[in-house]
Amino acid sequence: MQARASTAPPPGRTARAWTPGATVFRWLWRTVWLACLVPLIWLAFCAYADRLGANPIEHITRATGDWTLRLLLVTLAVTPLRQITDWHWLVRLRRLLGLYAFFYACLHLLTYVWLDQFFDIEGIVKDIIKRPFVTIGFAAFVLMLPLALTSTHGMVRRLGGRAWQRLHKLVYAVGVLGVAHYWWLVKKDLTEPILYAAILTLLFGMRLWHARRLRAHVAAQTA
Amino acid sequence: MLIKRPADIVSSDITPRALFDTRRDFIRAAGLGAGAALLGGLPEIAGAQGKRGEKLGPLAKSPFSTDEKLNDYDDITSYCNFYEFGTDKGDPSKNAHRMVTRPWTVSIEGLVQKPKTLGIEEVLKLAPLEERIYRLRCVEAWSMVVPWVGIPLSVLLRQVEPLGSAKYVEFTTLADPKTMPGVRSAVLEWPYVEGLRLDEAMHPLSIMAVGLYGEMLPNQNGAPIRLVVPWKYGFKSAKSIVKIRFTDKEPLSAWSRAAGREYGFYSNVNPDVDHPRWSQGRERRIGEFSKRKTLVFNGYGDQVASLYAGMDLRKYY
Repeated sequence: MQARASTAPPPGRTARAWTPGATVFRWLWRTVWLACLVPLIWLAFCAYADRLGANPIEHITRATGDWTLRLLLVTLAVTPLRQITDWHWLVRLRRLLGLYAFFYACLHLLTYVWLDQFFDIEGIVKDIIKRPFVTIGFAAFVLMLPLALTSTHGMVRRLGGRAWQRLHKLVYAVGVLGVAHYWWLVKKDLTEPILYAAILTLLFGMRLWHARRLRAHVAAQTA
Repeated sequence: MLIKRPADIVSSDITPRALFDTRRDFIRAAGLGAGAALLGGLPEIAGAQGKRGEKLGPLAKSPFSTDEKLNDYDDITSYCNFYEFGTDKGDPSKNAHRMVTRPWTVSIEGLVQKPKTLGIEEVLKLAPLEERIYRLRCVEAWSMVVPWVGIPLSVLLRQVEPLGSAKYVEFTTLADPKTMPGVRSAVLEWPYVEGLRLDEAMHPLSIMAVGLYGEMLPNQNGAPIRLVVPWKYGFKSAKSIVKIRFTDKEPLSAWSRAAGREYGFYSNVNPDVDHPRWSQGRERRIGEFSKRKTLVFNGYGDQVASLYAGMDLRKYY
């Protein structure tokens, strides 16, 4: 048993995982880049065509918030997906996805500050202190800032891989805070927040499961 | 012998979705005077769709009406909270057409001398219909100005001669899982129940609305008959009412049952008593860009503040 384990590849690693060539990857990257922009284009179109409904500002706030959360979950799905499929090249899309999540978070915050509160700084500060769901949402945004700022190759190099990775573990907190933010603001129907929470839990579970398998593997090898 | 009632299909019952969606343009075009030509040219559309709403009238004006700018018919009928048809504000306008509003009866019972079950046609004849242009303030911090058509609630309540022991009035609304998709989900306990203190119910501002913009009430706005209590948050104004009961105990409303700390029995509009999770200090009037200050009792303080004299409105929220 142990002898077999020591020669077997690490768990989840198949011999030949598909990897796109440079050209295919470039196109994939561009497709993802454009796809992430579609929600914004659609929102702009709706605004232009007067299709935002009776309460346009609420519509924009919800749409930008939804897409922040969705892209955050997609970003968090990259690692588990990589671990299952062995498509390690996926990690090269992760920064793009993460930065798009941040981009929509910025739009979401801007909508709130500008369209909803109209730069009423006093009101905003009061809101952040007093309303748990605003507090949490704002905290999530603040935690995203260092991640976005250190997303460049230069910053990764300057921080060193290990420190960078430790810092970027903050994304888990952002995910939890983001879902809690949504959960807390809903009046009654929790269907969607529950769905987001379930996906987040699943993604965390997959990571833990993988980490445990890896530990078991290492233990088996060193035994 | 089985006496068959003619098939009671509301015209909109058989409207394909696509047609429903084009309705607004159709109405607008019709409103521009092209109506006759269009109806002539497109008989099948006219037949399936029917008209926007049957005209109600003549209507008496009311000194209680505000002269503020009205919200569009489209906004009022497309942005609704009516959880029986779904929790999204767009759901009621998509789903409510299946609700059957004729025949419709309202039974009035409980602590009364003469319990009665009235057909909607009888209710419509109890008093001359009035137009009441009221502000509507939703607990979600948005508001509208709505030209309701209705009768004072007190007129309806007096029909049954309430007993002296009656202190509260409880309103129960339709909960039909066959035509109301939201009722199949457990988001609230069905049927939806609301309640008022008897003096609130008898107040001249409280009305039973049967119409909107001079026409029959659209289903998504609570057809065929709904409560409108303009100084309280919108959810107090129960829609599509089937039962009214006089009681001596404070009724437990659907929202209080679901989240009592957030939605109290009184639920008077009050900018100084925040919802536990959001501020009630300001509101967005639908159609306006920046928010406006919320007024205590939704601006009806002169008429209703005396009902709550001496009460701690923070405690009785």
